[in-house]
Amino acid sequence: MSAVAASPPRLAERLTGETAARRIEAVLIPVIALAAGLAVFGAFIAAIGKSPVELYSLVWRGGFGTWFSLQNTLQRAAPLILTALCVALPAQLGLVVIGGEGAFVLGGLAAAVAAGTLSGLPAFAGIIGMAIAGMIAGGAWICAAGALRHYRGVNETISSLLLAYIAIALFNHLVEGPFRDPGSLNKPSTPPLDPDFAIGAIPGLSVHWGIVIGILACIAASVVIQRTTFGFAARIAGGNARAAAVQGLGVGRLILAFTAAGGAAAGLAGMIEVAAIHGSANASLIAGYGYTGILIAFLARQNPLAIVPMALLIGGLAAAGGLVQRRMGLPDATVLVLQGILFVSILISETLFGRLVVFGRAARGRAA
Amino acid sequence: MNDIGLWGVPLAILGGAIRVSTPFLFVSLGECVTEKSGRINLGLEGTLVFGAMAGYGGSYLSGSPWIGVLVAGLAGVLFGLLHGFLCSLPRVNDIAVGIALMILGSGLAFFFGKPLVQPAAPLLPSVPFGFWSDVPQVRAALEINPLFLIGIAMAVALFWMFRTTRIGLILRMVGDSDDAARAMGYPILAVRIAATAFGGFMAGVAGAYLSLYYPGSWNEGISSGQGLMAVALVIFARWNPLACLGAALLFGGAGALGPALQSVGVNQGYYLFYAAPYVLTLAILIITSSPKRSLQGAPRELSITK
Repeated sequence: MSAVAASPPRLAERLTGETAARRIEAVLIPVIALAAGLAVFGAFIAAIGKSPVELYSLVWRGGFGTWFSLQNTLQRAAPLILTALCVALPAQLGLVVIGGEGAFVLGGLAAAVAAGTLSGLPAFAGIIGMAIAGMIAGGAWICAAGALRHYRGVNETISSLLLAYIAIALFNHLVEGPFRDPGSLNKPSTPPLDPDFAIGAIPGLSVHWGIVIGILACIAASVVIQRTTFGFAARIAGGNARAAAVQGLGVGRLILAFTAAGGAAAGLAGMIEVAAIHGSANASLIAGYGYTGILIAFLARQNPLAIVPMALLIGGLAAAGGLVQRRMGLPDATVLVLQGILFVSILISETLFGRLVVFGRAARGRAA
Repeated sequence: MNDIGLWGVPLAILGGAIRVSTPFLFVSLGECVTEKSGRINLGLEGTLVFGAMAGYGGSYLSGSPWIGVLVAGLAGVLFGLLHGFLCSLPRVNDIAVGIALMILGSGLAFFFGKPLVQPAAPLLPSVPFGFWSDVPQVRAALEINPLFLIGIAMAVALFWMFRTTRIGLILRMVGDSDDAARAMGYPILAVRIAATAFGGFMAGVAGAYLSLYYPGSWNEGISSGQGLMAVALVIFARWNPLACLGAALLFGGAGALGPALQSVGVNQGYYLFYAAPYVLTLAILIITSSPKRSLQGAPRELSITK
């Protein structure tokens, strides 16, 4: 044992072996958890007297199986990627932020209002202005939760959720009152966007640019977290806040920056929904994207790059929801039940890390 | 016809406070016991929504609203047990489990509650304590549901339990120090699971109050975060069941502000008044928290205040 450990090449080999085992584990355990969750949901569907096989084949067809449904899935995944970042970025510091819905709706509203004041500008400048407005509104909202955490010790989970309820009330107030377009009768809305400011489809597809923006945001977040000293400091602070403070890392600054960035991502998601789908800010924005983002971030184990496939998976399930509902006569909450079961199974799987026999033996075998 | 003018506003707020506070009271008393044992359950929001559905369904099928309340409580126990067991697994974070069960509870409630939106179930009766008055507003304000009175009795009973009984002492010890409880040979996990199950029962009953008394119907928007605000309310009440009662009345009053003002013709900023309980909760959290020390009176094993 000591001879092995003393020999440098063998040590390096052992380390890479362990790293490889850990990488396999990091992929395999979530996959097992997803499979278990889908199996439990299948059992649930069977228990109420429907066919799980029919359900999953419909989900495949409605979410991924055809070119049309795949594009629909991509469209739905775009805001989910960004609202998941709103959870995953603060999570690097060990913060659990669940109020992304508030940043999302306020981002959408700010973008719609900004579009009104920017009308007449060239399309590109207008869209950039809308995006900045949405990111500032969303960023300020979640940053407030981060600031309360840092300066007052207020738990960010509860404060961000309360802020989400407040944001929705504020949104309803502003859309029904000061920012209402008098022309919107039954459904109070802000004035419609200048058509030039609409985010269009990617050439050759019927998918808007939101998915590209979301993927770029995830790559940027990943680079910041993995490759910069700033991200490194955040990961240290997430591991042990006291050690980070002793090292002289500005934990407060990190908290403010990461909550603001997360909120900005959710705000940008709201802006994209307004500019690409709805054409104005109205109650359709309050559709729970912020809450689904929480699930995706946890599924991705707070890793920005893993968010993209998870958002496609959940976006696809959501896109298939309508088809499943119509064909099998199931309530629209079926998708919500599935999300809940997946969430629970992924959390249970946390307990498996480092405890699977296969990896234990591999690690032990190399150590011996 | 008596016209009491603007006096109607404080009366409506008082009556509203009593009506609106009951679910806050029940959830917070249950969560108080759970948190005293060192766990936190954010999933009570889902439990509350599921309890509202189960209570309504139980009342509709059995014809008795009180059976509905019991069904809701038992459904709550199931969610509490689930949360308790999941959190007992190593490395599983109680806050994340809470969020997951919030989604699952609401999902299951909406799923099974779809056929219950239309039919009318028998609702809980109320006791007219305002019989001595001729003023309709006074009578309306003093229509009190027995569950509110049961809630007051439970607050007193729990206060007494924590103070003087052996069970109360064990709960407090488990919540304050894993090591001390282990040294004394108490089953930490079992105590926490039982405390979480009790919290689930109370949240289920709170849900039944919503669907069977006020507002008194089942629909998907029946809860607007009462289950979650109760978690903040317990922090505000410093883990003291009697203080939970006061805090619940305060929250109920804030929730009744908007409708009370609307009843006298103030329609401006309706949605902003709707946000009053959330703003109040947040303000209280900000005032009572401190970055320097953990909260006074907080169970020391509680993840959220550590």
